[in-house]
Amino acid sequence: MNDKMQILKCNNLSKFYSKSSSIFNKQSSRLRAVNKINLELNLKESLGIVGESGCGKSTLAKMLAGLIKPSSGEIEINNRNINDYSNKDLPNHIQYMFQDPISSLNPRKTIYQSLSAPLKYLRKLDERQIDQEIKKIIKEVNLKEEFLNRFPHEFSGGQAQRIGIARVLLSKAKIIILDEPVSALDVSVQSQILNLLNDLQKKFELSYIVISHDLAVIEAICDRVTVMYFGEIAEQAKSKDLFEKPLHPYTSLLLKSVPTINQKIKVSNLIETELPDPLNPPKGCSFNSRCEKRIEKCKNFIPDETIINDRNYKCFNPLNK
Amino acid sequence: MINFLKLISRNKLALFGGLLIILIFVISFLSPFLPLKDPDITKTSDRYLLPFSEGYFLGTDHLGRDLLSRLLWGTRLSLLVGISAALISATIGSILGTIAGFYGNKTDNIIMRFIDVLMAFPYILLALAIVAVLGPGLFNAMIAVALVNIPFFARNIRGVTVTIANKEFIDAARLSGMNNFQIIIREIFPNILPVIVVTISTTVGWMILETAGLSFLGLGSQPPQADLGSMLGEGRSSLIVHPHTSYIPGAMIFLIVIGVNLFGDGIRDALDPRLSKGELIKPQPVTLIKSKSKISEDRNNFLSVKNLSTAFEFDGKTHLASKNISFNINKGECLGLIGESGSGKSVTALSITCLVASPPGVITDGSINFKGENILEMDYENIRKLRGNKISYIFQDPLSTLHPLIKIGKQLEEAYNEHSASKENEATERGKELLKLVQIPNIDIVWNSYPHELSGGMRQRVSIAMALTNEPELIIADEPTTALDVTVQAQILSLLDELRKKKGLSILFISHDFGVVSQICDRVIVMYGGKIVEEGKAESIMKKPRHHYTSQLMECVPHIGSGKRKLPTIMGSPPSITDKSDIGCLFANRCLNKKNECLTLDVQLTKKGDSEVRCLFPNE
Repeated sequence: MNDKMQILKCNNLSKFYSKSSSIFNKQSSRLRAVNKINLELNLKESLGIVGESGCGKSTLAKMLAGLIKPSSGEIEINNRNINDYSNKDLPNHIQYMFQDPISSLNPRKTIYQSLSAPLKYLRKLDERQIDQEIKKIIKEVNLKEEFLNRFPHEFSGGQAQRIGIARVLLSKAKIIILDEPVSALDVSVQSQILNLLNDLQKKFELSYIVISHDLAVIEAICDRVTVMYFGEIAEQAKSKDLFEKPLHPYTSLLLKSVPTINQKIKVSNLIETELPDPLNPPKGCSFNSRCEKRIEKCKNFIPDETIINDRNYKCFNPLNK
Repeated sequence: MINFLKLISRNKLALFGGLLIILIFVISFLSPFLPLKDPDITKTSDRYLLPFSEGYFLGTDHLGRDLLSRLLWGTRLSLLVGISAALISATIGSILGTIAGFYGNKTDNIIMRFIDVLMAFPYILLALAIVAVLGPGLFNAMIAVALVNIPFFARNIRGVTVTIANKEFIDAARLSGMNNFQIIIREIFPNILPVIVVTISTTVGWMILETAGLSFLGLGSQPPQADLGSMLGEGRSSLIVHPHTSYIPGAMIFLIVIGVNLFGDGIRDALDPRLSKGELIKPQPVTLIKSKSKISEDRNNFLSVKNLSTAFEFDGKTHLASKNISFNINKGECLGLIGESGSGKSVTALSITCLVASPPGVITDGSINFKGENILEMDYENIRKLRGNKISYIFQDPLSTLHPLIKIGKQLEEAYNEHSASKENEATERGKELLKLVQIPNIDIVWNSYPHELSGGMRQRVSIAMALTNEPELIIADEPTTALDVTVQAQILSLLDELRKKKGLSILFISHDFGVVSQICDRVIVMYGGKIVEEGKAESIMKKPRHHYTSQLMECVPHIGSGKRKLPTIMGSPPSITDKSDIGCLFANRCLNKKNECLTLDVQLTKKGDSEVRCLFPNE
């Protein structure tokens, strides 16, 4: 199928931070942020990455966008290694939209100045073309032209996020990483932004990687979902399959924990919620101390990836098998 | 720019300093064109003439030179040298600081260690050493003063640059294809410029003094050339007999430095956005109360809030954040307060024990009766006895509410001791008992930890324990789970619910999330634009929202199980505190069911089914 053209891929991607205790103690410890991640993203697809704080999802996303250098592993964008792109060329292919829309805009520049940067430095347009492009894009994200000469602090969160989207679109990159695109926004504004993202994806044939802690947001805009836990992929599946029939107990715990209107949470208060210590990862499965379906094997062995049809998971004792 | 001048002129001292400096500048720089005597012509017959002598307005010095002329020429020279030194050290220091801060790591280490070495010498010693190497002379003195002050600039600017270089907009600029040089010039420089200006303005006076000091020691300007320092030096030998020769240049140095410093402080205040808004004024321990009315007091309820209005005063205007809020909470009941940002929910919650910061907050109307007493009529001592005792709070971010430098155990003990005089081990026992109550494992380890060593969920458990310390009867929980992960949120919610049943607590639960509120609350109030728009039983509001805002908001919140889809939306964004439209329904311009009356008629809370609704055409 032509639709399934792969445009981003990563193999065994890892990131460790070394933490030297003190100058007297030479023994440095390695902090594991992301561990051996394999991912693929197809053209016009949106892939959600979901997980709790500290699971490494933002580190992963920043590596994909070239903002952090990986410790090991490979990233391929359009079948070309990420290291073969120059700093000035990579942003033409992959862009990153930040969580806090206001702090990702320079407080001392007008919106026009901020928006013209990618046109000037990436696409090398002249001033007349820049002007045209900016006026075109600002309509695309439903903002008024008179906003262009204002400064970031004069905008509400929703408006600033539209500006962030406009800037990302101006680079003409086809892969866009959306880091918690709506978590800083008011509830009544969230759905506007999510719809806008969906519309723009169709119109400009974009591929999204959406990072969020909010499963409902992921479900509303993603085709496929990756669940991360403790720097690793716990489960990966088509959005529909994952939400209907989670296989990994962690996915199921996440789904059960979401508070829904008129429905009491069915999670017991007594389950441990602490994440493992990243300086000293557990011997077995990293989720075993919190797992309801734990078996003896889980404490001592790390589960390998199991692939069934088009979904995969890492668990010895999955649900809904 | 005009704004900036206005801000400076509001500060009387800065204005005075500025005018003084301008005056000195104008006169001294005009000195070549003024009908002055040549400052270097000696006339020994007129030695040591007193001020106001004929022909010599300020008298003469030991060689009979005209002091007025020497003073003006000298001032001109001193100002030039001082300002040039400031500019030189600002330029070099800022470049070094920016590079160190932006590139970090090794570059930072090398530059800053070099700066540290410079700073290790007493500055005057260093300046003397530099002049000794270069030889005496005004130009060399200037170089010495400039070099000595480089570390000061470099350290200041480095600090600011490090903060800015880690901001998201720098990453965004990188993704716009800018290289490091372009980022420094176009993104970072505009943000550090105010700091550079402020640092210059506060150090220029100092540099003028230092140059004068070197000249005074005979290392700066060489005779017969006059600058303020050398004039002082020459006057020193006859200080007792002819004091005016020293007093005159001394007074000028005093005026310049005081002028520069006052003006510099003014610039700093005007450029700092926090200072210019007056936010650094220390808030009062109790919200200012300007309530005029004494409304019929309901003394029977556990907590009864009547017509509470809280406002913020800024830009010379009063902006109402919550308008005429009335509600009751019964013993053992959990009341949910739902709203988006700017709906006035947090302000209402803080107003209950007068915790809204004043300035700018003011309670303009209403009464708050807690167990038969009006809190708004209490004095500070009595309100303080309520806070953290009978009424306690749990806030959104436990990392910022717990003290970062005090161990958990100590903070729990403190919370207990503040309200109940206790014997030695009583507070410790109580604290550990509470940690057990909120189901913290490894109590002894947590007891001796600092807040940053715990996870978010653990920290929130600790702050719940702290809120429970003095057996409160009402807990006000302001978005207590918003900063937490879903799995942790679920547990904190069930913990709160359990505690409420066990202890018969009343809870005022503030949230923006209908799902969260429906887990724990008996009754719900929905707020919009500072007003209550709907109130009723949680179940009936969740099942049958009557106000269009409530129903539309509930629809547009994405919920699990519906797949990828187009979501229903509410157009526009919530009103901000400065939007003033008191006529009609605040939600009207976003409402799908808007009719003409909604914009013109006054809308009151009215009963509809099980709920009270502020809507002319509520959902059936």
